[in-house]
Amino acid sequence: MQLDDAEIIFHEPLKGGYRLIKFKTPEIAAASKPGQYVQVRIPNLEATALRRPFSICGAEDGVLTILYKQVGRGTFAMGDLQVGKKVNILGPLGDCGFPLCDSATTPLLIGGGFGVAPLLFLAKQLPQKGVLFVGGRTADDILITEEFEKIGWDVQLCTNDGSVGTKGFVTAALDAWLEAHPDTKAEMYACGPEPMLKAIDERAARFNRVAWLSLDHRMACGVGACLGCIQKVRLTDEAGNVVEKTLRVCKDGPIFKSGTIVWEA
Amino acid sequence: MDLSVKIGKLEMKNPVTVASGTFGYGLEYSELIDIEKLGAITVKGIKKDPCPGNPLPRFCEVPGGMINAIGLQGPGVEGFVKDDMPFLRTKNVPVIVNMWGTSVEGYAETAALLDKVEGIDALELNVSCPNVKKGGSSFSANPDLMAEVVKAVREQTSLTLITKLAPNVPDITIYAKKAVEAGADALSVCNTVPAMAIDIEARKHVIANKTGGLSGAAIHHIAVKLVWEVTHAVDVPVIGMGGIMEPKDAIELMAAGATAVAVGTANFIDPTTPIRVIDGIADYMQRHGMQTPKEIAI
Ligand SMILES: Cc1cc2nc3c(=O)[nH]c(=O)nc-3n(C[C@H](O)[C@H](O)[C@H](O)COP(=O)(O)OP(=O)(O)OC[C@H]3O[C@@H](n4cnc5c(N)ncnc54)[C@H](O)[C@@H]3O)c2cc1C
Ligand SMILES: Cc1cc2nc3c(=O)[nH]c(=O)nc-3n(C[C@H](O)[C@H](O)[C@H](O)COP(=O)(O)O)c2cc1C
Ligand code: FES
Repeated sequence: MQLDDAEIIFHEPLKGGYRLIKFKTPEIAAASKPGQYVQVRIPNLEATALRRPFSICGAEDGVLTILYKQVGRGTFAMGDLQVGKKVNILGPLGDCGFPLCDSATTPLLIGGGFGVAPLLFLAKQLPQKGVLFVGGRTADDILITEEFEKIGWDVQLCTNDGSVGTKGFVTAALDAWLEAHPDTKAEMYACGPEPMLKAIDERAARFNRVAWLSLDHRMACGVGACLGCIQKVRLTDEAGNVVEKTLRVCKDGPIFKSGTIVWEA
Repeated sequence: MDLSVKIGKLEMKNPVTVASGTFGYGLEYSELIDIEKLGAITVKGIKKDPCPGNPLPRFCEVPGGMINAIGLQGPGVEGFVKDDMPFLRTKNVPVIVNMWGTSVEGYAETAALLDKVEGIDALELNVSCPNVKKGGSSFSANPDLMAEVVKAVREQTSLTLITKLAPNVPDITIYAKKAVEAGADALSVCNTVPAMAIDIEARKHVIANKTGGLSGAAIHHIAVKLVWEVTHAVDVPVIGMGGIMEPKDAIELMAAGATAVAVGTANFIDPTTPIRVIDGIADYMQRHGMQTPKEIAI
C-alpha cells in the first residue's frame, strides 16, 4: 500500500458514459492483485473532497488501468482530466484479492456494468480459460468483452432489454451453464450490483460451488481506519462454531466468500 | 528549537496527534506514514463492552468535509487490549485512548479497566454520546452531568485525563471550567458538529442514523473560536482539532491558544497530513524565530 502522484498516460471514452484511464505508477502496479482496488484523489475536485475507490482493471508494465462509469460529481470531474496530469493514488488496497482457483477448476466470471473491470485483470492472471457472463441494462453497459475473447475466453452476454446477447439477467445464463455442467469443477468470481451478488451467493449454495463476491460499499479512508464501510459476516471458527463478525469491506474485503455475507433484508 | 509539549503528565515530542476515530488503532496507517513521528496516537473510542455501531450508510461527503454516524463501533476494552495494544506497544509513541460510556458508572468502569493496561499514556473522554439511563440525551448537553462523568473517571485513574468538549453548546467556557474543577488535566476542543443531509431525489436521509457529526474544513473556524474561548477561560492545556487540512490550520489553532493539535478527517484525504503538519509547525517556528510551540499563541 502506498501513495503515488501517478501520471495519466491514456484517457479515452468507451461507450455509455464509461471511460478507460491509465496511470504510470510502477510500484503500485507491481504490487496489485486482481480484486484489489485503489483510492483516487480527484485533482479537479476541491481539496477537501474524499477519495473515490476504483477496482484495478489491469496492472502491467508499470501501468495501472481503471474502467469507470460517470455517475456523480467525482467521476464527471475525472472525465475532464487530460493525459499528462498527475493524480494522487493510494493503493493497492484490500485484502489479498480474488483467490485464484487451481488449474483443474473452471473459472466462471460474472460481471455487471463496471464489474467486469476487476474480472479482466483476474482472467489475465489465471492460466486456464473459463467463461465470462456479463450483464447490463443495454448494449452500452457491455464493455471490454473483446479483451476476454482475445485471450480465449467464452463470453456470454445478457442485457435487460435484449439489445445485445440474451435478453434477461446474467444469472439466467449462469443457471443454464451450472445445470448443463453438474459434474464440472467450477468456481465463481463476481463483481456488480448488490442484487446480482446476492443472487450469485444463493446459486453458490444451491449448486454447491464456491463464489467470490466483490462488494461495493461507500468508503472514506479505504484502509480500515474509519469504520464507514462495514459488512456483517458469519464465519466458522477453528472449533467449528459459527460466529458473527463485523468486517471492514475496504480492508478485510472487498472480496468475500459465498455463504459468509449476512445480507440486509 | 524544541517542539515538545506536555499535556498533563503526557510528554509529546511534538504538538501533533491524530483525532479519535480517524486513525483506527494506529496499525491502519502505519504502512503509509512513520507513526513514531507523531507526538501521540489517539485511538478510536472504546467502552467496556464491544459496540456494533450504526447501520450503513454511516457517512457522506458534504461541502468542506463529511458527516458521520459510525455509532462508536468498537471492540470493547478486552478486544482492544488483546488485538490492538500489542502493536501499539511495539511503537515508540504515546497512546491516548478515547473512551466513552452510556452511564456515569459505565465511564468509571471503563476507566478503571484501562487504568491497569500497560502502554496507555492518557485517557480522552468523549462526552458527546447518549446517556442511555436518562432518555438518551448527550452527556455534553448538561455541564453538571458532564462534570459527574469527569469526576467518576478521575476517581478511577491517575492517567492524564483529557475531556473532549462538544462544540454545540451556548457557552463552552462553562463546560471547560466544570471539567477542570472535576479533575480534567487537559481539554480537547472540539468534537464533530451535529448535522444532517437529505437526498432530495430519493427523498430520504443520506445516512441511516439520519443525524451525524460534521467534520473537516467546514468546522475549522468554529474550532478556532472555541479553542480561543476555552484557553482564555481555564489554565489547562488544550488539544485543538477541527478541520486541519494544512499546517497553517494547525498553527491557527495554536495561535488561538492550543498546546497541541489533532488531525482528523484530513487523514482520509491525504494520509501524510499529520507529518506535513509537524514539519510545517517547525518551519513556521523557525521563520518566526520561536524556540517553543507555546510562543505560537497570539
Ligand atoms: C471497491 C470498489 C471498487 C469500485 N470499482 C469501480 C470501478 O472499477 N469502476 C467504477 O466506475 N466504479 C467503481 N466503484 C464505484 C465508484 O467508487 C463510485 O462510482 C464513485 O465513487 C462515484 O463517485 P462520484 O463522485 O462520481 O459519485 P457521487 O454519487 O457524487 O459520490 C458521492 C459519494 O458517494 C460515494 N459513492 C457513490 N457511488 C458509489 C458506489 N457505487 N460505490 C462506492 N461509493 C460510492 C463516492 O465515493 C462519494 O464519496 C467501486 C467502488 C468500490 C467500493
Ligand atoms: C469517521 C469519524 C469517526 C470519529 N470517531 C470518534 C470517536 O470515536 N470518538 C471521538 O471522541 N471523536 C470521534 N470523531 C471526532 C474526531 O475525533 C474529531 O473531533 C472531529 O472529526 C473534528 O476533527 P476533524 O475536522 O479534523 O475531523 C470521529 C470523527 C470522524 C470523522
Ligand atoms: S472505508 Fe474506512 S474503514 Fe473502510
